Amino acid sequence: MARIGVFVCHCGENIASVVDCERVAKISASLPGVTYATDYKYMCSDPGQDLIKSAIAEHNLNGVVVAACSPHMHETTFRKAAQQAGLNPYLCEMANIREHCSWVHDDHEKATQKAIDLVRIMVEKVRRNHPLEPVRVSVTKRALVIGGGIAGIQAALDMANGGIEVVLVEKEPSIGGHMAQLSETFPTLDCSQCILTPKMVEVAQHPNIKLYTYSEVENVSGFVGNFKVTVRKKARSVNMELCNGCGLCTQKCPSRKIPNEFDRGLSNRSAIYIPFPQAIPNKPVIDRDHCIHFKTGKCGVCEKVCGTKAIDFDQQDELVNEEVGAIVVATGYDLYNISMDQPNDKLEGYGEYGYGKYPDVIDGLQFERLLSATGPTGGKILRPSDGKEPKNVVFISCVGSRHNAKGITYCSKICCTYIAKHGMLYKHKVPDGNAYVFYMDVRTSGKRFDEFWRRAVEEDGLVYLRGRVSKIYEQDGHLIVKGADTLSGVAVEVEADLVVLATAIVPQPNIEKLFQNLGISYDEYNFVTEAHPKLRPVESSTAGIFLAGACHSPKDIPESVAQASAAASKALILLSKPELEREPLVAKVNEATCIGCFYCLRACPAKAITEKEIKNRAGEVLRKVSEVNPSVCTGCGTCVSVCFSNSIDLEGFTDEQIYAEINSVIERMSVIQQ
Amino acid sequence: MRFAYYPGCSLHSTAVEFDISTRAVAPLLGIELVEIPNWVCCGASPTHQRDSILSYALAVANFNKAELVNEQIGVQCASCYNNLRRALFELHHSDEIKKKVEKVAGLDFGNNVQVFHLLDVFRNQIGLEAIKEKVTHPLKGLNVAAYYGCLLTRPPEAVAFDDPEWPTSMDDILQTCGATMVDWPYKTECCGASLALSRTDVVQKLSHDILKMAKTHGADCIAVACPLCHSNLDLRQKSIEKKFAENLELPIFYYTQLMGLAFGLSGKELGLDKLIVNPWKLLEEKGIGSKKS
Repeated sequence: MARIGVFVCHCGENIASVVDCERVAKISASLPGVTYATDYKYMCSDPGQDLIKSAIAEHNLNGVVVAACSPHMHETTFRKAAQQAGLNPYLCEMANIREHCSWVHDDHEKATQKAIDLVRIMVEKVRRNHPLEPVRVSVTKRALVIGGGIAGIQAALDMANGGIEVVLVEKEPSIGGHMAQLSETFPTLDCSQCILTPKMVEVAQHPNIKLYTYSEVENVSGFVGNFKVTVRKKARSVNMELCNGCGLCTQKCPSRKIPNEFDRGLSNRSAIYIPFPQAIPNKPVIDRDHCIHFKTGKCGVCEKVCGTKAIDFDQQDELVNEEVGAIVVATGYDLYNISMDQPNDKLEGYGEYGYGKYPDVIDGLQFERLLSATGPTGGKILRPSDGKEPKNVVFISCVGSRHNAKGITYCSKICCTYIAKHGMLYKHKVPDGNAYVFYMDVRTSGKRFDEFWRRAVEEDGLVYLRGRVSKIYEQDGHLIVKGADTLSGVAVEVEADLVVLATAIVPQPNIEKLFQNLGISYDEYNFVTEAHPKLRPVESSTAGIFLAGACHSPKDIPESVAQASAAASKALILLSKPELEREPLVAKVNEATCIGCFYCLRACPAKAITEKEIKNRAGEVLRKVSEVNPSVCTGCGTCVSVCFSNSIDLEGFTDEQIYAEINSVIERMSVIQQ
Repeated sequence: MRFAYYPGCSLHSTAVEFDISTRAVAPLLGIELVEIPNWVCCGASPTHQRDSILSYALAVANFNKAELVNEQIGVQCASCYNNLRRALFELHHSDEIKKKVEKVAGLDFGNNVQVFHLLDVFRNQIGLEAIKEKVTHPLKGLNVAAYYGCLLTRPPEAVAFDDPEWPTSMDDILQTCGATMVDWPYKTECCGASLALSRTDVVQKLSHDILKMAKTHGADCIAVACPLCHSNLDLRQKSIEKKFAENLELPIFYYTQLMGLAFGLSGKELGLDKLIVNPWKLLEEKGIGSKKS
């Protein structure tokens, strides 16, 4: 017989200001199966939990309903309390009378009635609950890191140093990411390559890191502690074991006019190429789209000059399977394309800025390449059109960012500080030049960042103009930048030799396909969503998958590194356990009634269902039925809904429970109507 | 395709050639324009400067009259278009404004009215393919700067059918008509608008900059879709030339006039004789069009 206790929480004013909690408790006490009911100001507090525990003991309760907030908030809390009092935790349920009731209703009387109904529903469910035991699963003590930029590198190194074997997958031919393209980093102006390359080398040499470059994650299945990952190793057309990285092939390759991605199109590269001098691995790759051999079947110069016979035109993509227990997503960012061609119709370009039309209108990463000693100009500031030193440079902030009409509302966060850095470095290299900055607000938040931009203004003489730029056009060899200075209230025109646009930071193109494959949630811009914005910032919405760096939101290097280390330590915590406990809310097959149609097997998105043979004593197979692997089942319930013979039920959400919940409300409705 | 046609005061007076050429071109593209009977002022300056509610009330009066003909209203004057669309936007977005306006107008606002600029209709409803089919006399060798002005696409949330800062619909249409479109930066600059009356000097400077910019980018002529832009660039061109001691000589066409020439209509049918800067020298040089059919 059911002996259920109902505990109604006021949540301070949150519930009690709308719902009459005392009345809810009083009426709950008279519901069938309820032995005891009470209300309290803060049920989640220590005295509140003690109230539940002592009631369980005193009234010998065999079920508990806590009418309070969302189970997302405190289900674990109350189930633990019930467990401490000797009750199976799965006999404790929550009725959500806060998010689903008091927070969304104004009418006190109706809200109180609804709260009573919500309790009534849960009581009917708990009457049919039975004790469940958590599912225990083993843990694969390996981790996968997706993305080999600074965030991925840091996460991989931290986990590898923690004794875990790490698989690092990078889609480009080298690790290093965008940080490898940068010149000097704010606010200390130390060289980006100098602080990054030692870490890249460490990755390559670390005994615990298995590095796949020029590779992409093709498929992910499984669940926390037991992920199965398929990695596509794209055909490099170079045998990595034979190649000694001499680079002769890259010098002799006749196809040389391919825009160099690393220099963002400011220089050209050959079809067989090493992305940049410090690349890891420092071995070439053939760009098959531009290689003469792959286009016409002729050429083959690289093959002829290679002393170690490492060129392999017949190499195919290879699929490798890896098993890991945790995944860190660190896929990074890209820059908003400001030209009129956009990846989707949510975004609009800036035709009026002439990007792509005027060679001297460039983006921030292109300017980084101009500043960089390894860049196309060897670190001299020379403009792309005619190689002359620009004497007037205009920097424009918030291009795309914070611009609702163009489709991006968020702040790209790092631009204000890097613009100050750009202007400063420009002035160091061209002391007689002028640097102008058009800005909306200066948002240099970060340790010593504000001092940094003040220094750019006060010591290096950058001219800041508060206003937007309406258009850029060419006239007599200059770029005319028309904008507003809203502080002095006048329209301004600057005759510039070079214009640098701080374009918005956006996620990698088409990255949502990977996120869908991983089963993690992402926002309208395709940034990964964290599990909780404040308290679980490096966890994704899926257990066992963590996130680091700019795939989550625009971030600078210190933040990306901090987040990567945090994600790594979260993964290490997960992998430190001998086995994991999972919620036992999984599907269960009634073998007696299963007709073996295996419709469920095809419907199961988690691939948790297999065929099971029922044999007689002689070992002959009598028939086949479905069987659910509880450690793989995610409890989604798809199999339940497709089962023709009604032979599958979801533990904790059985048909009997759901129908009882619905009936309890229908019955009351019909009473009211009569 | 049927539209309740709202010409507005300019197209019945200073911009009569815009009206003539519109009525000549539209039927060729299968558009029936039925002028709204007894239409009233659109609510443009000075009304919208004084009292926005009164301006919206005038728009509602027009909407009520239009509904008798058609719920889709077609407009050519950029200022009328801007006012009617802005009124529509405010009426749809604020119940408070709607109530006030209905009280002032003494009329109900029907929610189904739609307002289109005919440039939008030609570009996006009729489409370039259909326009191309009608081109019999391509505007070969004519270098045209498409000038959109300020009102056609802004404020974007209320009126835009094209990119507010970098519109291309007129370029697309005239390119389809065979013209060479000039890539120039001043397509949405301000011409000075109604300062023409109070600060002629400002208008002369701004309009001069536009004319000059078009000229330096290789334009033979400018195409417009706004009567006020037209009068500032066309009517005042002589005085601008005098003031800046420059020879500009840029014919200013309504875009429908150029479409009509490409469709084989005569100068008379398109009201080309109404233009102040004589276009015939240019047209004859390029071998385009004839004065009479």
